[in-house]
Amino acid sequence: MASAQPAHSARTDQVWTADRLRSAVHTVVSAHDPATTDPVEFLGALFDAGLAWVHFPPGHGGLNAPRALQSVVDDELTAAGAPPRAPGLHTIGLGMAAPVLLAFGDEAQKKRFLRPLFTRQEVWCQLFSEPGAGSDLAALATRAEQDETTGDWVVSGQKVWTSVAHEAHWGLLVARTAPELPKHQGLSYFLVDMRAPGVEVRPLRQATGEAEFNEVFLTDVRIPDTHRVGAVGDGWKVASGTLMNERVAIGAGAMPREGGLIGGLARLWRERPELRTAGLHSPVVRAWVDAEALRLTAERLRQQLAAGQPGPEGSAAKIAFAGLNQRMSGLALDILGEEGLGYDDWTFRRPEPDDDFSTRSFGFFYLRTKGNSIEGGTTEILRNVIAERVLGLPPEPRTDKTIPWKDLPR
Amino acid sequence: MSTEPAADLLYNEVEDELRLPLRRALLADRCPTGALLTRIESDEPYDTELWRALGAELGVTGLSVPEEYGGAGAGWRETAVVLEELGRAVAPVPYLGSSVLATAALMAADETRVLPEVAAGRRAAALAVPFSTGPGLPFPDAVRLSGSALSGTVTSVADATPARVLLVPAVGEAGPGLYLVDLAAAGDTVTLAPRRSLDLTRPLADITLRSAPAVPVALGDEAIRVLDVALTTGAALLASEQLGVAEWCLTTTVAYVKERHQFGRPVGSFQAVKHRLADLYGLVSQARAVARNAVAALDAGSPQVALKASLAQAFVSEAVVETAEAALQLHGGIGFTWEHPVHLYLKRAKSDALALGTADRHRSALALLVDLPPAA
Repeated sequence: MASAQPAHSARTDQVWTADRLRSAVHTVVSAHDPATTDPVEFLGALFDAGLAWVHFPPGHGGLNAPRALQSVVDDELTAAGAPPRAPGLHTIGLGMAAPVLLAFGDEAQKKRFLRPLFTRQEVWCQLFSEPGAGSDLAALATRAEQDETTGDWVVSGQKVWTSVAHEAHWGLLVARTAPELPKHQGLSYFLVDMRAPGVEVRPLRQATGEAEFNEVFLTDVRIPDTHRVGAVGDGWKVASGTLMNERVAIGAGAMPREGGLIGGLARLWRERPELRTAGLHSPVVRAWVDAEALRLTAERLRQQLAAGQPGPEGSAAKIAFAGLNQRMSGLALDILGEEGLGYDDWTFRRPEPDDDFSTRSFGFFYLRTKGNSIEGGTTEILRNVIAERVLGLPPEPRTDKTIPWKDLPR
Repeated sequence: MSTEPAADLLYNEVEDELRLPLRRALLADRCPTGALLTRIESDEPYDTELWRALGAELGVTGLSVPEEYGGAGAGWRETAVVLEELGRAVAPVPYLGSSVLATAALMAADETRVLPEVAAGRRAAALAVPFSTGPGLPFPDAVRLSGSALSGTVTSVADATPARVLLVPAVGEAGPGLYLVDLAAAGDTVTLAPRRSLDLTRPLADITLRSAPAVPVALGDEAIRVLDVALTTGAALLASEQLGVAEWCLTTTVAYVKERHQFGRPVGSFQAVKHRLADLYGLVSQARAVARNAVAALDAGSPQVALKASLAQAFVSEAVVETAEAALQLHGGIGFTWEHPVHLYLKRAKSDALALGTADRHRSALALLVDLPPAA
């Protein structure tokens, strides 16, 4: 995605090397012992030292250093005993809000939001999908109308599939500001206070029985114009930047051999010889082969990123990952037979952030992995993305890009 | 089971530099498809000019051989890049047979008498086993040793016809052995009968030895080990040739469906076509990671070479066949003609999938290596 202009030019003469970054980490760690310092204070010190995201501008958590050097900082912090940087509740904040603010936010927004985001004091969620706008996100109907006297935006509509909305302080919102324009042109991007009047969050029960996600109802929610990101009508451009970051977050990730569902499947096969049948052996070994191939593909992708040559293979890996997870969890039920007829927990509840998913049944995974080929871009849409953006194949003819959004069939 | 530290799965600068002259000068100029179609039906299916150029001009026939034995002192990673390019061109040269299988056997046996000639590409060598032979099978006993001479018939040997030296596994009274047969010295005690092969760009031959003079290279357990090293090395590296075949199939098909119009649109604008190609793109990118992993294990002397070679064959063999079959289908009618080269790639893809152990045999081997035993 596009990077913003450096906020401060005074320090552009600095040449950041791995050694200089390591000593910068040591300076922070010696002043704030990670073992005894309050996490918020420790992360704040890292942010102020420009070690949050080294490629961000000085003053906004970075040093204008090459992005590839972030791994030097992370490794050094791990070695110094700093708490792991698992994003947890902060996946959207760290993976989407921070890069979008860097690329499209104004100075005041960066100043206000980046630091508490990094110190984990403020949780973020993403208000994009709607019941009538899933894959076709640009069709969304949530309306934002400007109050001409105050300049505030008044927002009404419904969002869906919102992780951590019930914990969030801030939401990344795309809403329609000009229904009379073609759909991609009439959208704008906002930061919405999730505690504001008119925001209602309800858990959304999914096929597994529980509620990992929410529906968010927005009724005459007022958003100051200072919390608009990018120009009025630029919402699609800003949102496209964040979606790309989401795909990177979901598709990549280094794993040890037999990490993920294949580990459980292989253990089941090893530990329950009485369940083995001749016909299931080949599918189990095939699953092992495919899981290892995918793990190596993700590792190769990681090596490409580290070498500063990011490849477009992430979307393809995400498709394969979803399909493999679905195949493996179904196969595990086939192996289990009678035990596969049961289920561990249908309770309508929100999972805890520290829930250990590895203790869940294969029946749960059989259902949960059905979402893998839908969340973060359906497999069908990702195939279009690969075909058009990676292979350069022509798009299908479309009729919805030029006529006013309000005239589209719905 | 432990995971080794991640191997370098990328291509380094040396490997990239090796690839360019191969692709541009040699394969594009000297190996055009039209000439290939003519050649495969001629009396000289092998491209001897290209083979000479690979040795004398580019010096890539002995990449993995130490410099003191006439090689380039590089490694199998570099050899794999050559295989990718030769696969991309389905080039009819005995590189896999001589520079990979026979060379791996000679190096594993420390057999340096013929190695410099083989490394330089002046004398091609062939490992006399059926091309379908993978690692882990019982030692071949088709050839018998009597005194110091070999007799028997080995069927379906790849890259045998251009060979000047054979490495022949044989069994004598003292047990298994691997023997060197110099075809110039052997005269008419060795006959090669070309076999009509599915893969027109990699001819096969049956080799019959009648009291052929032979020199031992490795004996007893050492012969078993050397043969296993050669076949495992071959299986690991074959994945890179298969990757080249798959890449040609994918890029050629993508280019074709952008040009070909039906119903007033490029056929590549239909989702039925786009989605299949998107999946093939994913498959090929996974095949690349798996192939690089196997090759890196060879150069690192990893104790998991057998596992990684079998993983590569189990995955890449099916991936390349799927890609080649889809390439023919997505070309439509023209893809089913003799005139269009896609059939040459399909034939190479399917033959490579049978070569050096099928995907199924490699999965069976892998199942035992990673403790996923079959049902009792």
